[in-house]
Amino acid sequence: MTLVSLFFYLFSGIMIASAVMVVSSRNPVHSVLFLILAFVNAAGLFLLLGAEFLAMILVVVYVGAVAVLFLFVVMMLDVDFSELRQGFLQYLPLGALIAGIFFVELALVVGTWQLAPDALAMRKAAAAVPVEAMNARALGRVLYTEYVYFFQAAGLVLLVAMIGAIVLTLRERTGVKRQDVAAQNARTKAAAMTIVSVPPGQGVTNAGVKRADAAGQDFVGQGS
Amino acid sequence: MAETGIGLAHYLVVSGALFTLGCFGIFVNRKNVIVILMSVELILLAVNINLVAFSTHLADLTGQVFALLVLTVAAAEAAIGLAILVTYFRNRGTIAVEDINVMKG
Repeated sequence: MTLVSLFFYLFSGIMIASAVMVVSSRNPVHSVLFLILAFVNAAGLFLLLGAEFLAMILVVVYVGAVAVLFLFVVMMLDVDFSELRQGFLQYLPLGALIAGIFFVELALVVGTWQLAPDALAMRKAAAAVPVEAMNARALGRVLYTEYVYFFQAAGLVLLVAMIGAIVLTLRERTGVKRQDVAAQNARTKAAAMTIVSVPPGQGVTNAGVKRADAAGQDFVGQGS
Repeated sequence: MAETGIGLAHYLVVSGALFTLGCFGIFVNRKNVIVILMSVELILLAVNINLVAFSTHLADLTGQVFALLVLTVAAAEAAIGLAILVTYFRNRGTIAVEDINVMKG
């Protein structure tokens, strides 16, 4: 058994096992952590396949961004997750049956499928993997020239996702006191204060100065 | 790749198993939207492994470009899905999938 096959079985075994734990774990936080483990091992598989750039992107984007996003949401929502697992054993036979049929179908396809003999000759020659260049450089040469419109479309997808996420989760709270610099600067001396001459021996109530309600507002000058 | 004994079929079987596990997760965790979203991520990862395996086997970089686009769409989908989830939790106080039937006729 060569080193490559050893690492293949190692990565794929850990990846499949952690995928099983993702779908069957009792605690969603554990699910997210096993999802991270599955993605790291998939990045290892990509390295074995020679797609170094995609392996690094997988680690950066998934482990660094998406999984942390999942972790934030799981920890932010105050949900009783054990209640959500009520029907687990109820749905288990049906899910196992459908998944088993699906896997048998896929295995039959993979087992009997063959590559056409002239497929290597028929592939698009322009995007062939260069022998000398590194994977990232070769991918960039293809991505920024031939597939530049797809690249821009991917950027647009990310922009739309960003705007959508912000619009969906932005919340204008009412009843929260915030500093309003324009309103503060617009106050004048005439509008803000009143000079009342209080006669000696009497309270300010008699002088026409009304104290505001219990709402904690400022004094409101009324008279004189 | 061929001389090491690990061929295209090995990667296809692994990605098929991962895809199956993703589908199984959607069926089993019917009430928990977060685990359903994670299962969708697993399915998309299986698709990516397929694309990269074929790209290496055929020595054609187009498969890796396509895998990059799938990765982008998957990240956007996770962000939007979790944003919808947070908004839904704010409005209803629960994330159970079976309660999401307001638009049912």
